[in-house]
Amino acid sequence: MRTSLLWRYSVLAVAMVGLLGLACEDNGDGEGSGKLQAVIDRGELRCGVNDGVPGFGFLEPDGSFSGFDVDFCRAVAAAVLGDAEAVEYIPLSAGARFDALVQDEIDVLIRNTTWTAERDGAQGAAFTLTTFYDGQGMMVRSESGITSIDDMEGITVCVLRGTTTEGNLEDRFALGGISYTPLAFEDLDTLEAAFREERCDGWTSDQSQLAARRSSYPAEAGGPDSLTVLSEVFSKEPLGPAVRDGDDEWFDVVNWVVIGMIQADELGVGSDNVEEQISEPSSIDVARLLGVPWEGGEDLPDFALGVDRTFMQEVLRQVGNYDEVYERNIVPLGIPREGTLNASWREGGILYAPPMR
Amino acid sequence: MSTIAIPGRAPGFWHRRRTRRLAIQAAFGVLVALILLYLLERALGLQLGFEFLRSRAGFAISHQWATDFSANNSRLDAYLTGVWNTVRLVVVGLLLATFLGVLAGVSRLSSNWLVAKIALVYVEVFRNTPLLIQIIFWYTAVFLRLPPTREGIQLFDLVFLSNRALVIPWAFPQDGIGVWLIVLAGAAVAAWAVRRWRIADEERTGQPGRGNTMAVTLFVLLAAVSYALTDQPLDLEVPTVNPPVNGSFRGMGGGLQVSPEFAGLLVGLVMYTGAFIAEIVRGSIQALPRGQGEASQALGLGAYDRMTLIILPQALRIMIPPLTNQYLNLTKNSSLAVAIAYPELFFVGGTIQNNAGHAVPMFLLIMATYLVLSGVTATAMNVLNRRVQVVGNN
Repeated sequence: MRTSLLWRYSVLAVAMVGLLGLACEDNGDGEGSGKLQAVIDRGELRCGVNDGVPGFGFLEPDGSFSGFDVDFCRAVAAAVLGDAEAVEYIPLSAGARFDALVQDEIDVLIRNTTWTAERDGAQGAAFTLTTFYDGQGMMVRSESGITSIDDMEGITVCVLRGTTTEGNLEDRFALGGISYTPLAFEDLDTLEAAFREERCDGWTSDQSQLAARRSSYPAEAGGPDSLTVLSEVFSKEPLGPAVRDGDDEWFDVVNWVVIGMIQADELGVGSDNVEEQISEPSSIDVARLLGVPWEGGEDLPDFALGVDRTFMQEVLRQVGNYDEVYERNIVPLGIPREGTLNASWREGGILYAPPMR
Repeated sequence: MSTIAIPGRAPGFWHRRRTRRLAIQAAFGVLVALILLYLLERALGLQLGFEFLRSRAGFAISHQWATDFSANNSRLDAYLTGVWNTVRLVVVGLLLATFLGVLAGVSRLSSNWLVAKIALVYVEVFRNTPLLIQIIFWYTAVFLRLPPTREGIQLFDLVFLSNRALVIPWAFPQDGIGVWLIVLAGAAVAAWAVRRWRIADEERTGQPGRGNTMAVTLFVLLAAVSYALTDQPLDLEVPTVNPPVNGSFRGMGGGLQVSPEFAGLLVGLVMYTGAFIAEIVRGSIQALPRGQGEASQALGLGAYDRMTLIILPQALRIMIPPLTNQYLNLTKNSSLAVAIAYPELFFVGGTIQNNAGHAVPMFLLIMATYLVLSGVTATAMNVLNRRVQVVGNN
């Protein structure tokens, strides 16, 4: 009788432990089979984006996302799933983005993120080719008479907290031996309010962001002309997509979507002429880009990137090439492409696509 | 265990109350274990460990008072600067909120209609709106709206108001401050002894001992004489505006500079917490039997004596436990500083986390720090509570 009771308790305990083991089993998706297959199985790309920077990643009042980075999410979805709209956008704060990536809560991070060694190494991210070359600048009130950072002894600078921007600011002022007070804000709107009330003399950020904020500076505060962005650029901010370390196949897919869009711009293939280029490519490079036979010959060799040989067709159809994405999102901020680093290498910029062959 | 014998068959294994309880507890235990395991796994997926705090910080911190942090210091130094910014904010905040709360609480019971209504409106407005909104209001709509430095308001060369800094006269310690402080401590002991002696004398003879007056006089006299003898160890500075560089003003010198961020946060926390303290004070006074006030009135005590000698000391016993809660709330609410650029511990901790990753250890550290700060406050209040209660029960 006694032993039987003990035996029954043991059964109960074993059952509980078994339950525990069972529940632990089901953890993490697509383990072993690769991110690419996991995305295809899910039928949706989880893209970590910004929701508060117009032109890059922005949550529209109607609930949709728009921007330069968002268009690259759409391009990856078009390449992998054939549908640029099969994206779940996951807005992330600057602080949460790498944890979300490493914890596998997102498939790809495209959130105006600067490629740095520490992020590539310690934080476990892998950066693809840069999509936007930015640099840190300084904006001042025109009436202050400040024309260079070396004039700024003893001033107060407004900056966003916890960004590479804050560190670059320190490095630049330390280099010049200039004393200053940083005022670090969590939120861009509070920062602008403080700047407008002359709480600080300078406002430092990526030049693209300064230009965007300057272009929408309200007339009652003096309008865009009351502000000057100093010509000095004191940091390199290459912004681009990042994936989690350790999945080369998935990295290659995202990387070559980016490269393909730049290549398409170099070749002059865009959403307006992609159909005629598919049926009759204007050069063998176009044929390679679109994965179609050249002059009616045999099929060109497959790149074996893990996605269909014709992946760029859907990207160009549904999203467009690099220049289209730039024109749609960045030019309205008042930043033309000509004369910047983001112009094609043929036109004096540094945007350069490795050959697709 | 019941020993009453129940006729018929004993309930089967699965029908025994003990088995069922055990099963429910085991199921709950498994659930808790699963959650812990899940959290642990996630935590281990990130890196645990605090080595990253030894690295160079690489960013500067705007608000420094008696600290000397630069970007070359370690991340730990940055964090400690943040902790210190929290501590000084909280200490000043607790003092002011208590003062304001007692004032408003007593005023609510005032027989003066206007005073009572002003206190009522204050309490209701500040108790019933979110603190975050209040803090942002004080910062953006009040302190940032002060004129810029070049148009700053100067009051009698003593106070300077601008949206860069509110400057008030301040005494800065000089050489010899240590000696003077030791003399001051000695003077305080002497004054305390004199007061004890006068009170004992008063109780023995029944004649007014004037203990307080004599003690204060002695202390002030000793302090003044030793101040002169130690060669004036405090340097009183009044605000000055630095001359313009390249035609633009670059700040103020002299005096104590209070930034609009500190001021906005302090006023927000004090006004909010003060409203709750006022209600605690009012409730504690009203919880006393009416006879206490009436009896002291019958003894001929004036309104001030009645309040300070009879009512408040008794109300204090009721007041302290809920007051402790408010003190802890103020401590924790100071983390809202992150909204208005005041670098306290949560703000700096967040910056470090942003730069270095390591979210789990960093936030554990931040939580542990708040736990320690709250623990110190609560312990101090509990000691005070026990003392007050013991005196009352004798």
